[in-house]
Amino acid sequence: MIAETGRFLVALAFALSILQLLSGWRAASIGSAPAMRIAARSAYGALAAAVIAFGLLIILFLQSDFSVAYVAGHSHVDKPLFYKIAAAWGGHEGSMLLWCVMLVGVGAALARFALRQDEQLKNRAVSIQGGLQILFLGFLAFASNPFDRLLDVPLQGADLNPILQDPALAIHPPTLYIGYVGLSAAFSLAVAGLIEGRGGRAIAAALRPWSLFAWTALTAGIALGAWWAYYELGWGGWWFWDPVENASFMPWLVAAALIHSAIATEKSGNFAGWTAFLAIMAFTMSTMGAFLVRSGVLTSVHAFALDPERGLWILGIMTILAGGGLTLFAFRSGRLGHGDGFALTSREAFIGVNNLLLAAVAGTVLFGTLYPLVMTAFGVSGVSVGAAYFNATATPFLAALLILLPIAPFLPWKKDGFSRRLALRSTLWILPGVLAGLWAFLIEASPVAIAAAAFAGWTLAGVATDLWHHRVLQGAAARFSLTGRVLAHAGVVAVALGAVADSTGRPETVRALAEGEQIEIPGFTLTLDGVRRADGPNYLADEARIVVENGRVSELLPQRRYYAAADTTTREVAIRSGLGGDLYVSLGEPRARDSGEIAYEVRVTFNPMVWLLGLGAIMIVLGGTSASIGRALSRRQKERVS
Amino acid sequence: MRARSQRLIMVAIAGVILVAAVGLALIALRDAIVLFYSPSEVAAEHPGFGERIRIGGLVEDGSVERPAEGGANFVVTDGAATIRVIYDGSLPDLFREGQGVVVEGAFIPSGDFEASTVLAKHDETYMPPEVAEALRESGVWQGEGER
Repeated sequence: MIAETGRFLVALAFALSILQLLSGWRAASIGSAPAMRIAARSAYGALAAAVIAFGLLIILFLQSDFSVAYVAGHSHVDKPLFYKIAAAWGGHEGSMLLWCVMLVGVGAALARFALRQDEQLKNRAVSIQGGLQILFLGFLAFASNPFDRLLDVPLQGADLNPILQDPALAIHPPTLYIGYVGLSAAFSLAVAGLIEGRGGRAIAAALRPWSLFAWTALTAGIALGAWWAYYELGWGGWWFWDPVENASFMPWLVAAALIHSAIATEKSGNFAGWTAFLAIMAFTMSTMGAFLVRSGVLTSVHAFALDPERGLWILGIMTILAGGGLTLFAFRSGRLGHGDGFALTSREAFIGVNNLLLAAVAGTVLFGTLYPLVMTAFGVSGVSVGAAYFNATATPFLAALLILLPIAPFLPWKKDGFSRRLALRSTLWILPGVLAGLWAFLIEASPVAIAAAAFAGWTLAGVATDLWHHRVLQGAAARFSLTGRVLAHAGVVAVALGAVADSTGRPETVRALAEGEQIEIPGFTLTLDGVRRADGPNYLADEARIVVENGRVSELLPQRRYYAAADTTTREVAIRSGLGGDLYVSLGEPRARDSGEIAYEVRVTFNPMVWLLGLGAIMIVLGGTSASIGRALSRRQKERVS
Repeated sequence: MRARSQRLIMVAIAGVILVAAVGLALIALRDAIVLFYSPSEVAAEHPGFGERIRIGGLVEDGSVERPAEGGANFVVTDGAATIRVIYDGSLPDLFREGQGVVVEGAFIPSGDFEASTVLAKHDETYMPPEVAEALRESGVWQGEGER
């Protein structure tokens, strides 16, 4: 019964979305208050239906109802409670339901919070969002329904892939999805603005808070994914330029460009067309990410459920979004209006260059990601593009971005702003840059790391000056915005530094060790003290006790787990974090020696200063949050004044 | 006039960045492209020593050796031809005999393939598309993308 109710609720959300589309459209066209109420209530109703459907799916998992195909495919009676719940979004169908819950949530939020002073634009946006809901709920209901029943009911479930049984994974997809789906609000508002013929400023003002929020969530989601890859997958890395990772990085880049260009558009009307274009592209890129992850057209480490039919559905949705959005853009962008114009050393000019650089990175990543597909279309199959391509193309543009970054906040809007004072100030930033470079040189870092340290010194000095110089700003709203900007900018520098530091690390050392044997890597001696059984609720495990000496003695306990239900082995890496970096140890397969001894494969790496990545990500997310708060406060002030 | 000249300058900057991006992408792509071979294609085309390539197929049953000092050697087959792979890293957890695998690396003068990366996928029911195609071509396997 529960599964049938779930099916019904998905269908109900679909039907309410149609009502939302039609009545929202009518409300915007003739300004009818009853139609507006119906549109808003349809959106709330669709949200309620989708949330309850998702709750029912969780209940099905709690009951281990294996007559439901999706539950049978992703759960098991022995699975711990927490992961039974998390499994609800651990597979394709459930994660699509979660995607739909959020999409409908955005629709309800638009109806409730967006644009109180411009109901026509708001209703149009609610209507467009209803259209997006129809596309994705249709896909859910017809091609990936999580409530489908099985004819032969298995006694045991197939279990969720054990790698996915991890706290970070339980929160990584929902966070990422808030980001992906949050960008749909920017899409709907931009499309609605183009339909209504609003000016660029009004559209930018409407979509800014939504984009900022979505971008912040996307950042958190990507960071959680990288963290998960680092400590759960045990590959020893956090970013592999895998197609699926690129699929999340591209909307991030586009959204990052959007939140900057929208500031300029709102302020002075400049880049109006570009801002609308980015808003359309950001959600299209999100959808393309979903397509790449789920269709299996590219060889990726993230093999999800691979089904060409599903791929076609998502490709169709993407075509509608990009085709419809861009056609509308082509016809209506003339109405966005021209901006006030700006001088060459104004803040707009720098934001423009920031956007061009971000677009260049997004473009090269897109090209590298899709290149194998393009070649397949020309009949050359089996081409893959290595990480070297992405490192070589993305690095120069991102470096240029970070070098120019600190200057922008000191430039005035529209006017020429390069004063002698600014020249002097930025000359002073060279000093910390030189010191940082010198420090890197003294610790015998690689030339790349020395350059990175020097540039980071320059940029961080500039960001710190930004905070100091603007400390006199009046009002909580302005202070939150400033804090947000400074935190996010410094966070990006920290991530960049962390990435460079990580790339300078030594390759891993792998050796089979019997009890009492040692591995030495520079600075550390690791001794295998013993291996014992450490079984858990639904797995068997070997746990190695490895004694680490580097002046002081500590121990690490990496595990190797076997999940019988899924017939899969995983490793739980052990990490000792320090200021210098992480000592990262994983336990591999045992092997018998001729002497009869059993040796365990132990893999050791030292990853320099990985904490910079985590710190940077946290700073960016806090920065985005702070800027969002600042934005909300200033809006409330404006409303109070008017 | 001013609006026009500022637009011109932005377009010029955009042009420079575009040219840089395209140039960089094409140069970087030349060095970063890795071609995929099935064992039969290797036998027919003889990729050179040291050339970085990917090979995919099934791990031959009973072929995996785990030397006492670490690492692993195994044979990749597509039913028609076989390649001996030497790997001194740690095999991924989903690596199995009889299942699909993709190895990246280069041939060494002994005729063995020295792998720097061994890819076995997240999901044990997943067959990399290139491997599936290679196996279909050699007639070992008739399935779709999954099995």
